[in-house]
Amino acid sequence: MTAMALEHCDLLIVGAGPAGMAAAVAAGPSGASIAVIDDNPVPGGQIWRDGPGASLPAAARTWRDALERHANVRVCSGTRVVAAPARNELLLEDAERGWRMRWNKLILCTGARELLLPFPGWTLPGVTGAGGLQALIKAGLPVEGERIVIAGSGPLLLAAAATARAAGAKVVRVAEQASFAAVAGFAASLLRWPGKAAQAVTLADPQYRTSSRIVSAQGGAQVDSVRLLQGGREEEIACERIACGFGLMPNTQLGRMLGCALTPTEAGAQALAVDARQATSLPDIHAAGECTGFGGSERALAQGTIAGYAAIGNKHAAKQHEAGRARWDAFAAQLHRSFALSPDIRRMPRPDTLVCRCEDVPFSALVDCSGWTDAKLHRRCGMGACQGRVCGDAAQFLFGWMPPAPRPPLSPARIATLAGLAGHDDVDRQ
Amino acid sequence: MSVPTLLLQIDGQPVRVKAGSSVAAALRLAGGMGVARTSVTGQPRAPFCGMGVCQECRVLIDGRRRLACQAVCTEGLRVETSE
Repeated sequence: MTAMALEHCDLLIVGAGPAGMAAAVAAGPSGASIAVIDDNPVPGGQIWRDGPGASLPAAARTWRDALERHANVRVCSGTRVVAAPARNELLLEDAERGWRMRWNKLILCTGARELLLPFPGWTLPGVTGAGGLQALIKAGLPVEGERIVIAGSGPLLLAAAATARAAGAKVVRVAEQASFAAVAGFAASLLRWPGKAAQAVTLADPQYRTSSRIVSAQGGAQVDSVRLLQGGREEEIACERIACGFGLMPNTQLGRMLGCALTPTEAGAQALAVDARQATSLPDIHAAGECTGFGGSERALAQGTIAGYAAIGNKHAAKQHEAGRARWDAFAAQLHRSFALSPDIRRMPRPDTLVCRCEDVPFSALVDCSGWTDAKLHRRCGMGACQGRVCGDAAQFLFGWMPPAPRPPLSPARIATLAGLAGHDDVDRQ
Repeated sequence: MSVPTLLLQIDGQPVRVKAGSSVAAALRLAGGMGVARTSVTGQPRAPFCGMGVCQECRVLIDGRRRLACQAVCTEGLRVETSE
């Protein structure tokens, strides 16, 4: 058996969304050898996800072009982090191979995932996340003629509605759980961020309702209707698809596995803690973008730029982007205040509603558990393929359980890749 | 000008998709709401998070287990659902 390949780079960036792209572009002119890895097929992250159903904004193309101009930047798409087998080293896997990557500096730009919360019927085919629907449509999912209901919280609902409508779907309702006063307050605050206000106008939707939340999805083999609660009154709407998103959770798994310290965000989630230079609690590891708390692409670009400069030791250039970052930090704070989740959302699951979709664990099996580890050991909650990414977030929201730091493998991996966890010499001897 | 398409097989059935489409999109084109697998209690499950987190869309692609939402279709691909 031949030893697993070991590669080196000066700077490794995990994530090719806005933060990762900006970090690579800032660090690029230094001439350092830079590798950017990302688990999606092309750079851009979720917000600038490309595909046959996507219409990429100009900014996305500009950043992608900038990334391509640097010969010392290598982008590895379709690549996941499996483990951290040694100090300053990650074990990676793509569709073809597994390999070890040694780095001098690391920037974590691992983004965020949607907070997906259980309600009766949420496992039916036809139910997706709100951002999930956007991503699927951009990647070519046909939705023409489908009646779609979008529910949950935050501006992402309107963005998802716009994407669905542009793809030929009939968006029959957008149900926002926040009150009219909260949403109106948010809209008024956008005067401080004119670009966002202009964007909001393009997303205005006649089917938008506030103080409205999902009760259940109905259907046999797939969704055929949704029940919504609107100001104390329940109504049922026929539809083929339901997209639900309740905000975003920072993707901190890799940072936690490496030992980076966390900090609570205003939205109640945990994010990677960073200082003014985007440095984490560990030497040589920076973090930027949504993994440090969600706040949109502009904030991610500013943070990524600072992290990129800081990682190559250009403190002066890093400092020049701090004002831009502060402006978008304020926007993020406003967003979190306006779309805070109502305690009613915790009442969505019924006793038989599955919380863990991988192991089919119902809500009733979890209510008496003392915490995440108890639920995992005795109810198998979080023991499936998603490793608690979905139900762990849900359980944190529903019960206040904080999952412990993840252990390798960070994502399901092939045995041949896991063989790379053995020491280099061990593999050689086999 | 027509959009370039390619042909793949899902559970032995031919499916034509736009170039650049994900396997998740192809599952939907193959019929129904794109069921990829069945859960441990036998319920049908389809792509859910759309971004490689939930693992609900895992299928066999040319014999390898991969996520349909993060796999791009190529000519002649063989996809098998369920597990």
